[in-house]
Amino acid sequence: MSLQADILVLLPELTLAIGAMVLLLTGAIMGEKSAPVISWAAIALLAVAGALVVTGQTGGAFNGAFVADGFSRFAKVLILIGAALSILLAEEFFSTIKLSRFELPVLMVIATLGMMLMVSASSFLSLYMGLELQSLALYVLASFNRDHLRSTEAGLKYFVLGALSSGMLLYGISLIYGFTGSVEFGQVATAIFDNGVSLGIIFGMVFLVAGLAFKVSAVPFHMWTPDVYEGAPTPVTAYFATAAKVAALCLFLRAILVPFPDAINQWRQIIIFISILSMALGAVAALGQKNIKRLMAYSSIGHMGYALLGLAAGTALGVRGVLIYLAIYVFTNLGVFAAIQAMRRSGKAVEEIADLAGLARTSPKLALVFSMLFLSLAGLPPLAGFFAKFYVFLAAIQAGLLWPAILGVMASAIGLVYYLRLVKIMYFDEPAPAFDGEIGIGSRAILVISGVFALLFIFAASPIITAADTAAKALLP
Amino acid sequence: MSGLPLLSLVTFVPLLGGALILVLPGASNARWIALGTTIVTFALSLMVWASFDNSNPGFQLVEKLNWLGGGISYHMGVDGISMLFVVLTAGLMPFCIAASWESVEKRVAEYMIAFLVLETMMIGVFCALDLVLFYVLFEAGLIPMFLIIGIWGGKRRVYASFKFFLYTFVGSVLMLLAIMSMYWYTGTTDIVALLASPHFPPQMQIWLWLAFFASFAVKMPMWPVHTWLPDAHVEAPTAGSVILAGILLKMGGYGFLRFSLPMFPSATEFFGPMVFTMSVVAIIYTSLVALAQEDMKKLIAYSSVAHMGFVTMGIFTLTHQGVEGGIFQMLSHGVVSGALFLCVGVVYDRIHTREISAYGGLVNRMPIYAAFFLVFTLANVGLPGTSGFIGEFLTMLGAYIHNSWIAIFSATGVILSAAYALYLYRRIIFGTLVKPALMTIQDLTAREIAILAPLVVITIALGVYPQPVFNVTTPAVAKLIQDNKTSLAFDHAKKVAIIQKANAQ
Repeated sequence: MSLQADILVLLPELTLAIGAMVLLLTGAIMGEKSAPVISWAAIALLAVAGALVVTGQTGGAFNGAFVADGFSRFAKVLILIGAALSILLAEEFFSTIKLSRFELPVLMVIATLGMMLMVSASSFLSLYMGLELQSLALYVLASFNRDHLRSTEAGLKYFVLGALSSGMLLYGISLIYGFTGSVEFGQVATAIFDNGVSLGIIFGMVFLVAGLAFKVSAVPFHMWTPDVYEGAPTPVTAYFATAAKVAALCLFLRAILVPFPDAINQWRQIIIFISILSMALGAVAALGQKNIKRLMAYSSIGHMGYALLGLAAGTALGVRGVLIYLAIYVFTNLGVFAAIQAMRRSGKAVEEIADLAGLARTSPKLALVFSMLFLSLAGLPPLAGFFAKFYVFLAAIQAGLLWPAILGVMASAIGLVYYLRLVKIMYFDEPAPAFDGEIGIGSRAILVISGVFALLFIFAASPIITAADTAAKALLP
Repeated sequence: MSGLPLLSLVTFVPLLGGALILVLPGASNARWIALGTTIVTFALSLMVWASFDNSNPGFQLVEKLNWLGGGISYHMGVDGISMLFVVLTAGLMPFCIAASWESVEKRVAEYMIAFLVLETMMIGVFCALDLVLFYVLFEAGLIPMFLIIGIWGGKRRVYASFKFFLYTFVGSVLMLLAIMSMYWYTGTTDIVALLASPHFPPQMQIWLWLAFFASFAVKMPMWPVHTWLPDAHVEAPTAGSVILAGILLKMGGYGFLRFSLPMFPSATEFFGPMVFTMSVVAIIYTSLVALAQEDMKKLIAYSSVAHMGFVTMGIFTLTHQGVEGGIFQMLSHGVVSGALFLCVGVVYDRIHTREISAYGGLVNRMPIYAAFFLVFTLANVGLPGTSGFIGEFLTMLGAYIHNSWIAIFSATGVILSAAYALYLYRRIIFGTLVKPALMTIQDLTAREIAILAPLVVITIALGVYPQPVFNVTTPAVAKLIQDNKTSLAFDHAKKVAIIQKANAQ
């Protein structure tokens, strides 16, 4: 393994790292006015990184610390799309409230770099490094609206709880290292294959899962999610809900499936447990929410529950299900948050669900896209969300997880109530005062993209399914 | 087999019409486009009938394209069981649009789009030859119907629309899991392939049957999960009720015929007594409930449940008479109950109430209306000479062959149906005209006559000469029953072999 080959494998990440530094310097030299330029440059940088990911080499690098394979490629493309579109949203959001700062796109690029390292990590140390790079940037992003009480609170809360979960994660990693003698995923797997699953490894695994469950906001480690989603600026929430979730979940997949294939009976019960709890809590707790962003937080908890069901299957089909789920989830959520960002009345952002009343009459197009995305999240055919759930449940059934699947569809029936309630408020109720007319061109584009994606996925499902299939087989041959 | 993808056309033309309304907004445009689209669709469905080969019991006009991969494809086709439902759906739609011409005033474009989307989903359900495709279309129809009830419905529309949606959704998701289990057991969701070798182990059949039953029984609806139907009917606008009673309920019966009977024969045999009990309870109980209703639409809704009881009873007898009677009853009920809801809509548009007590003596001011209403009331009762008679008679005949007790109990339903239907008719049409609101009521307009007259013709024509329907259904039903018998024998042989093996050891 030459250094040159290692660098070639990590070329997209290195590009992002150097690009982020250049953007930071440019911003520092040019001052506050440069924010829009930096934003667009950041989006271009992410696009370049995306092109490098797609055309890049596969293989391991730095003695097995990182690996670029079909799986990481799929995840990275999703992360980059989520990040680029979130920056687009952020640029519009912060220029509307006159708080445009060049640090924001730079921080988002750095967080994205962390995420790409996370999904490429193939040892527990590089995993931790990527995770912390991402988390530290996200803590700052959550409190970016710094004159805003709830935003600072969100950042602080996220930081304290995030640090706690990182601690648990590290503790788990140290136990695993102690009992297997390695931090590299492949070697851990070999050690477990040779020596069996000892109690220490189980303890380590439990702590590892707890730490990772925190990052994907699965029950019972979900408490931070509603507050952070509500408090963080809307485009940052969009970023949390899309790119960050993809990274955390893909990391979860690799860090469980690759090192612990022979401990499946031990971890599977934990995953099933948190999956069912997440699905149930996400559905029930969302029923009573009044704030749309809190509602989306509970919705995302529920969605992580469904995705984890694919992990619980523990097969390549399960991984395929999760990847399809994530792809659809990213596009749908970006649209939802673009629509939430468009909820402004006389210059101020409104976030109450009641503010949506009669939207179908005041702005019919927005209402149409909004409700289509909600119904897609609810998993109703013929919209994209149905296929997301379909492939996860398909994998769960194949793995014999009949009861979790039954509980899952029941939870989705409960969840349907609150999604339908949103549609009801928009379509059946008497109109509230109209929102401010102008929606930025970027938000508009995102709304169109995700609306079209949700509606027409049914006709173009095959390529995405095939891509996810290839990616899943790269992880679990 | 012609080059034209006729079934895709008949399915997706309404969707194109809906897209056209989006492009050309405006209430008047929307009405004419919707009417034109539904008429074109109806013409296409008649072309389907014309190119249908009655002597072939298999699937015809088949189209197959790659869709999701892995054995899940876009596969369309009709046989003698499904073809007439396509015609029925396409045939009822123009009436629905015409009936909504004046009564729907707000958000007309959205209303028409919802109906056209719904038509695509409904026709697709009857054409789909892939389980996943079937499920997608089966469920997708809920969204437009939810909107139709919720936006254009009556006072308690929100409650009714949620109840409708949740009942049907909970039933269906279990079917989805069953579909997945079948996929992993056989490696395909292709209905033709599944029908060709439907040999699920008997124990598995029980679970699969129950999961499908959960979905179809709610849709049908069978007692005791019928309670969503009266609410949905009462709150839905007239055309919504027509579609609900005319088409959506038939999807349940169609599902039993397409899946439960041929694919899970052992389970069908096992659960037969349960279905008969539920059917007989539905026939007697809901007829009695109908007798006590104060709301016209609710009364007709309960009578629909009772009529669907005849359908399930007939289907599960697995006799030629019973199954064909069930299909005929569904088609006839589609026309008759649709027409009855249209009749209710006529007076509702004038007086804006559905309370039976608000009416009386209409025959004095509305003689033409009274005549039309009479025909449909008698067809609902099942008077010989109307289409209602054929279906009821055949299902009871099938029941009698299978088990005479079922026939005896269900026959009381015929008497009860005469009671509630004629009682309704007497209270609305006869008596003296004393209510002040009714003194100036006008008889049918030319538009309303144009809507109801063809339905009268169909009702009587099918009652006198049902042969065209049976020409289509008989070969397919014969094949269905034969397949069911063959698979059942296969299952029995397997069971016997297992027992013998156990004894030998």
